[in-house]
Amino acid sequence: MKNNTTNKEAVEPTVQHLIEIQSIGKDYQSGEATVEAIKQMDFYIDDGEFVSIMGQSGSGKSTLLSILGGLNHPTRGRILLDSLDVYRLTSEQRADLRSEYIGVIFQSFQLIPYLTVLENVKLPMAITGRKARQQDNMARDVLARVGLANKADRLPDQLSGGEQERVAIARAIVNRPPILLADEPTGSLDSKTAEEIMNLLQELNREGQTIIMVTHNPEACKYASRTILVKDGSCFENYNYE
Amino acid sequence: MIFLVLGLFIGIATIVTLMSITESMSHDIEDRLDQYGANIIMVPRSDNLTLSYGGITMGGVNYQTVEFAESRIPDIRTIEFNKNLGLVAPKVLGAARVMDKDVLLMGVEFETELQLKNWWHFEGAPPSTANELLIGSQTATTLKLAVGDTLAIAGDDFIVTAILKPTGSSEDGIIIGDLHAFQKILGKEGKVSMVEIQAFCRDCPITELVLQIGEKFPEAKVTGLRQAMMSKMQTVEMFKTFSYGIAVLVIFIGSLLVFVTMMGSVNERTREIGIFRAIGFRRGHVMQIILLEAMVVGLVGGLLGYLGGNTIAWAALPLVVKSASFVGFNYNLGGISLLLAVALSLIASLYPAQKASKLDPSEALRAL
Repeated sequence: MKNNTTNKEAVEPTVQHLIEIQSIGKDYQSGEATVEAIKQMDFYIDDGEFVSIMGQSGSGKSTLLSILGGLNHPTRGRILLDSLDVYRLTSEQRADLRSEYIGVIFQSFQLIPYLTVLENVKLPMAITGRKARQQDNMARDVLARVGLANKADRLPDQLSGGEQERVAIARAIVNRPPILLADEPTGSLDSKTAEEIMNLLQELNREGQTIIMVTHNPEACKYASRTILVKDGSCFENYNYE
Repeated sequence: MIFLVLGLFIGIATIVTLMSITESMSHDIEDRLDQYGANIIMVPRSDNLTLSYGGITMGGVNYQTVEFAESRIPDIRTIEFNKNLGLVAPKVLGAARVMDKDVLLMGVEFETELQLKNWWHFEGAPPSTANELLIGSQTATTLKLAVGDTLAIAGDDFIVTAILKPTGSSEDGIIIGDLHAFQKILGKEGKVSMVEIQAFCRDCPITELVLQIGEKFPEAKVTGLRQAMMSKMQTVEMFKTFSYGIAVLVIFIGSLLVFVTMMGSVNERTREIGIFRAIGFRRGHVMQIILLEAMVVGLVGGLLGYLGGNTIAWAALPLVVKSASFVGFNYNLGGISLLLAVALSLIASLYPAQKASKLDPSEALRAL
């Protein structure tokens, strides 16, 4: 990845962790008032961890996730991803970083309604230069991995909520990114389906996938190896969700 | 997208309909011009003034006639625009005493002449051999001739095989026979008095043809007979100009429609664009998607518009010009329609595509 992003100034060689969040802060302008969505956060995430970021609505957890995904420029501080200062990269370099390094499971699935399940899963590969046959094989493999091999030709609205979530997971991992960001993956699912999805994420994590999950559901935190509580724009490490 | 295709369909169909109808009208007039027979006449250049006006010729005046060598006639087909030449009908003219009356004889190559004068109608069968005659209606009445009669001209016997029905022109008062037979009678062997030339008029530059023939035959006076249809052609040209004006207007309105629809589409698809950006699509990729869609919409709209326009033209033409028939698919117009629709769609989508590519992913994807 470092080779592809090509911005040598953005490389920080002394970093020990996969992701380091250093004094991150984010302000929003609301009329004439400045709102501190994130006051100051410092934490790290190691390779292979399953970290849940828990907090109530408006606590700043989704803002934090979008900053981690290279989608939202922080007002202060920096994020080092595999020793790369994410926000010293250009917008297009960050796009490449997301394509190669970060898979995103969006809240409410965010599948493209007019594309089939297979086409939705293949979407992130459209810009990788892989051959069509290879894309097809990889997408079918990952669909089999999430248990949807027989529903590749369906449209998203022909699937249940749990199945759509699985498609979203398949799309997020199809490029085999080292980091998986999940925004409320169980937010719109019933408890049984939510459990299935969390088991799937846990399995992926056991296979070596680093997962950062944002949730307001304490039940979902049980599956994570570590939970960070976000409250009023600040974070608290090793939160005991019980 | 359906409305976008529909907008382009209406725009392109309007243009194709107007162009097809104009083209059909133009072809109709040109066909009629061709049906009028010869449209170039070549006569020997003479210093004498014509002593006739309104069909009345001053009698008792003798003037020397000049002839061409018949052997030079094939030279007409050596001009640069020879592909535009159709029939070439040489004639020999001269007076002879027939049944104690002076009659004008016209020697022609019957096969060519009958093709050229396709509006001639006659009683009997057209002459096919050198000793057969076609008699003008007035001459037949004056000389009391009927089909099957034998007529002696300068000692040679001819059979009247056909009598020309009144044409209202100078042909009513003459005797028409074989070119070489009449050359012999008139003592003009190997000579022709005039040549009527048919030029295919579809897109042919008559003036240029006249000039080129004139250069080959400096001794001849070559005249193009195009005035007959000029006023009609001018009307068609005006309609053509009007059609181009409408086309420009339609293109302008079509562009606005595509622009507004594309802008709406980009606004509606903010979330989708946000997903693309979030999963690693560069700005260029987003632009590519929007422009590719615009291109496909342009192709579909252009193709449907071209087919629809031709169908409308085919259906509407009999209502607009009764005598004109649909000229068929013009593939050049088809190509231009497709290119125009694609170009229109792409140009009108450039700004929306640029706007889409510049969307801030975090703004575009508030859900994340």
